[in-house]
Amino acid sequence: MKILGISAYYHDSAAALIEDGKIIAAAQEERFTRLKNDSQFPENAIKYCINEACIKLSDLDAIVFYDKPFLKFERLLDTYFDNAPKGLISFITAMPIWLKEKLFLKTTLKKSLTEIDHNINWKKTELLFSKHHLSHAASAFFATNFDDAAILTIDGVGEWATTSIAVGNKNNIATLVEQHYPDSVGLLYSAFTYFLGFEVNSGEYKVMGLAPYAMPEDELVQLYMNKITSEIVTIFDDGSIKLNKNYFKYSTSLKMIDEKKFEKLFGLKTRKKTDNLSFQHCALAQALQQVLEEIMLNLLQKAKELTKSKTLCMAGGVALNCVANGKIKESGLFENVYIQPAAGDAGGALGAALAAYYLHFKKERIYTNEFDLMQNSKLGPSYNSLEIKRAIENSKLNFLAFNYQELIAKSAELLNQGKIIGWFQGRAEFGPRALGSRSILANPLLNNTQSDLNLKVKKRESFRPFAPIMLEYEFEKFYSQTYSSPYMLFVHKIRPEFRHEFKQETEFDLIKTINQKRSVLPAITHIDYTSRIQTVNETNDKKLFDLLNEFKKQTNYGILVNTSFNINNEPIVCSPQDAINCFLKTEIDCLVLDNYLITK
Amino acid sequence: MDFLKDFWAFVTNQKKWWLVPIILALIVFGLLITFAENSAVATFIYPLF
Repeated sequence: MKILGISAYYHDSAAALIEDGKIIAAAQEERFTRLKNDSQFPENAIKYCINEACIKLSDLDAIVFYDKPFLKFERLLDTYFDNAPKGLISFITAMPIWLKEKLFLKTTLKKSLTEIDHNINWKKTELLFSKHHLSHAASAFFATNFDDAAILTIDGVGEWATTSIAVGNKNNIATLVEQHYPDSVGLLYSAFTYFLGFEVNSGEYKVMGLAPYAMPEDELVQLYMNKITSEIVTIFDDGSIKLNKNYFKYSTSLKMIDEKKFEKLFGLKTRKKTDNLSFQHCALAQALQQVLEEIMLNLLQKAKELTKSKTLCMAGGVALNCVANGKIKESGLFENVYIQPAAGDAGGALGAALAAYYLHFKKERIYTNEFDLMQNSKLGPSYNSLEIKRAIENSKLNFLAFNYQELIAKSAELLNQGKIIGWFQGRAEFGPRALGSRSILANPLLNNTQSDLNLKVKKRESFRPFAPIMLEYEFEKFYSQTYSSPYMLFVHKIRPEFRHEFKQETEFDLIKTINQKRSVLPAITHIDYTSRIQTVNETNDKKLFDLLNEFKKQTNYGILVNTSFNINNEPIVCSPQDAINCFLKTEIDCLVLDNYLITK
Repeated sequence: MDFLKDFWAFVTNQKKWWLVPIILALIVFGLLITFAENSAVATFIYPLF
């Protein structure tokens, strides 16, 4: 049975194809169109998925969209009526789009899909719609080998649900409790993202990266936490929340917050994108992080109480908060914690397909001997040696072809010399993280790596940390952890013996603070000694495993910096040509495409 | 037709009867605007509003 899942029209559209429960392919549209978070109908991603499976659209048994437009429209109308006459302008802006397009999504989808394959027969191929949070839940639970699990999904909003606790059992998922719009943990986080001068829906992880520049015990952080919990959000023990709607505008306008009220409460101006970051901004980000963690831990306690399961599966945009994930892991509340690597809406495409396979068609659950069914999230396009060589030759760049062993040795040597390498291998990753297929690798031992990468290569804010990719068998040695973390979704502190003492400045200076060496691995150790770690073993990525071992032979450390192969505000590279373009636009020193080494 | 069928299934399944008059009113109003802009019916619509 072949099923295609689609997510589109809101943000980050994607397609995923499964065959008899096995994931064949999944990709985000942005990787093909080169438009960050492209929300258009994912025509290229769909074409890629069906080509990868060597089938036609008309061979599919079902196509599943990741949420239910009628329910969403009902929520929209309900909200407008609740708030009327406030929101009239927003209502007038939104209605034509809904009445013209979004409400007729089934027709629109059929039309777009028929354009790809005129032979599609809608009596044979079913067009289904899965609930948004059910899609998330399915993307997490059905991608694992666990027989039962508590499933927590948290994001901005789906149809009505903003958070859900469900229980997964073999081929079934049952929703137990839901938090409904407008009370939303995701929207609360996005509101502060906006107030702190970052872009909603894409800047949330910057807020997470900013938080550690203030300590949770700092007086100002405590003050802000009190303000948030007494004025903006009421937190209940069962994990539910109530937002004070006087502070928010997202229900009635195209703005997230009432800026004046936020400014009065925190004594801070709404930060513009180009404004300098002060300690107050960092303290507010830290206070928000603390509040988020409190809510998440309450939710998990409730999930544990309701399901009694040893395993937790998580998805939804908030599940990408790796700092909270690390705390959840360390809390020991659940023996196993699995987070869908494509936890955002793109992953909803995969979840919708899996939900249809198990819940609609009631198929038997399938399992693998591997870590999960995600194949290390390398579900995107790959290019053969001939295509790669042609792209290199067309670029007129200098290149050398190596055999496997030579390439590993040469790459490790270059990294040891402090060179920054664009690393392009095999199938592209599905989800927001580069996991070694479309990555930029660098030496974590050098002091200047972080600033060089941020300013010369990624062209992004200097405060943002980089993540390490490391040999799994050394995870315990450096971070006291023994589990597999192949998706870079958990944050842990480096062991004290590797840390460097931190000199507290009397006056807050972000740049000085960033430049302080925090450990023997300065490029990947954040200000609070934490790192967002990806572990590699021989089975999940042999080439990277060998590279890390070779780097270890030369330096004693089996750890590298791994950041996504893109520049700020561009999607991660997909094709060899994208990689060459990015290489030429930045100060990346070398590019490794398959077994070819390119220099400038 | 597909839309009306699905909408009816949604309303009966979810018991969201309150949506029926609102959606119908919105669609009729939408159609009126479209006609008023583009067709010969415009002559008959303008005196009404």
